[in-house]
Amino acid sequence: MSELIRKTAAELADALAAGETTSVELTQVHLDRIAAVDGDAEAGVHAFLHVDAEGALVQAAESDARRAAGETRHLLDGVPIAVKDVLTTQGLPTTCGSKILEGWVPPYDATVVRKIKAAGLPILGKTNMDEFAMGSSTEHSAYGPTRNPWDQTRIPGGSGGGSAAAVAAFEAPLALGTDTGGSIRQPGAVTGTVGVKPTYGGVSRYGLVALANSLDQVGPVTRTVLDSALLHELIGGHDPLDSTSVDVPVGAYVEAARQGATGDLSGLRVGVIKELAGDGWQPGVMQRFAETVDLLKELGAEVTEVSCPTFVHAMATYYLILPAECSSNLAKFDAMRYGLRVVPDGDPSAEAVMKATRDAGFGDEVKRRIMIGTYALSSGYYDAYYGTAQKVRTLISRDFAAAFESVDVLVSPTSPTTAFPLGEKLDDPLAMYLQDLATIPANLAGVPGISVPAGLAEEDGLPVGFQVLAPALADDRLYRVGAAVEAALTSRWGGPILAKAPTLEGGR
Amino acid sequence: MSQLSRDEVAHLADLARIDLDDAELDHLAPQLNVILEAVASISGVAGDDVPPTSHPVPLTNVFREDVVVPGLTAEQALSGAPEAEEQRFRVPRILGDEQ
Repeated sequence: MSELIRKTAAELADALAAGETTSVELTQVHLDRIAAVDGDAEAGVHAFLHVDAEGALVQAAESDARRAAGETRHLLDGVPIAVKDVLTTQGLPTTCGSKILEGWVPPYDATVVRKIKAAGLPILGKTNMDEFAMGSSTEHSAYGPTRNPWDQTRIPGGSGGGSAAAVAAFEAPLALGTDTGGSIRQPGAVTGTVGVKPTYGGVSRYGLVALANSLDQVGPVTRTVLDSALLHELIGGHDPLDSTSVDVPVGAYVEAARQGATGDLSGLRVGVIKELAGDGWQPGVMQRFAETVDLLKELGAEVTEVSCPTFVHAMATYYLILPAECSSNLAKFDAMRYGLRVVPDGDPSAEAVMKATRDAGFGDEVKRRIMIGTYALSSGYYDAYYGTAQKVRTLISRDFAAAFESVDVLVSPTSPTTAFPLGEKLDDPLAMYLQDLATIPANLAGVPGISVPAGLAEEDGLPVGFQVLAPALADDRLYRVGAAVEAALTSRWGGPILAKAPTLEGGR
Repeated sequence: MSQLSRDEVAHLADLARIDLDDAELDHLAPQLNVILEAVASISGVAGDDVPPTSHPVPLTNVFREDVVVPGLTAEQALSGAPEAEEQRFRVPRILGDEQ
């Protein structure tokens, strides 16, 4: 195994700049790692649904040629990246983890994909995910689950388990994910990686196959806070192709991360969210959380407890708003213009073809949510369900606003538990939904959040995530606090937490 | 909030344009009821005076400049179509017997 795969994206960028390696070499060592450990639906990490070795090496060679000619497009030019399969990639399959899009090759790039291509980052491939980003474990992928590199009998989180596992297994130094209710942060927590959900509208959603338009956000998945800041600055910014994109300048995230890494948080006001802890939360998760809060105090932060009373209703609110939006969004998969078409015997009508196709093409979780959404939006129930949820959403936003009057950031554990065994919650949708308990409020209110590794739970030795939330457009605070926590904990552990993960050497 | 009967779930599937067989209905109907029961817990949390939030940021219409720009070619637009003919999407019979 090449030691290059253990380096962070920032270190790889430095190595490229110093002429110590080439993009072709970097890309090849990551492709070799993928070949060695990724496996398939039956065994291995299975973080990737599609690996584009040829395309990635061509992009890498172009990057090397540019550098040789004295040109680079970006600091990360030549550093390879993986992309969640819910983002459209021109010429590369995009399935959203669903059979209904099997083999579909989009004719255009998502804006974030266009940006990483323009910056010269070779795309290693597309990462596995819960079908249409519905799930908290990546077991709802139609192509088989991703496995957690820490323990392959366990889930890597979801829906972006593929991106998180790829980064945790050293198959990619960087990845793009999407976070609708926690799908970047929760996989980050259970795989020991850093995951960021930017402020809603801070990163373009053009070319993101929408699950729930008012909640979805694209963001970075990396091994360090600085790497997330680098990637966030690259993909952020206003996009005229996305009507929900906010027209404000991209923040100085890299600078905030570098400042935070110096370890000084004096004057920072931190609020511990009272409602996101307590009964039902795994003791080892709570223990690491409490230690990290103590660490913040040691670094100079003023820590107080803050109550956000309506957060306890966030999950119910989310599971009405999301299905309502997804039932509408997924109506486009009608077997007419793209994707699967299943034709029943005889001379079936378009409607019969549509029904047969959607039955064959969608998995159970997608069907569940489409039907809940159809019900919540139907005549006579709209006010009782969707209308009510929208009002509670207002109250959740008000809780955030009130809390941010007295503190600069809010903190909680990212996920109530560490990675659970594959299959454990597959037939219990509600138990699965509870995994996103702590991450959902941020999506409902549109505020940014980060999950940074907070150590390993004592009872099972698996990663625990520490979540930091900031007001909308104050993403820089996430990087400052995240980098400070990361630097202090790395020093305490004597190295990054991922150094303690299984090496996966000798195959799967 | 009311419980969904198996027939109502079948009707919902019909509205959602998904063919569900008996086994799927048996499997999904109880799960939908458990989920609906759980989400109904927010009933009464917000008073009538609370305005609804449909979106985390205020939305305004976005207009592009009235300038011709290249779009997808017919070939690109049809590249993922299950069936195409004469540069058009070929679809199954749209009108039913009664039409």
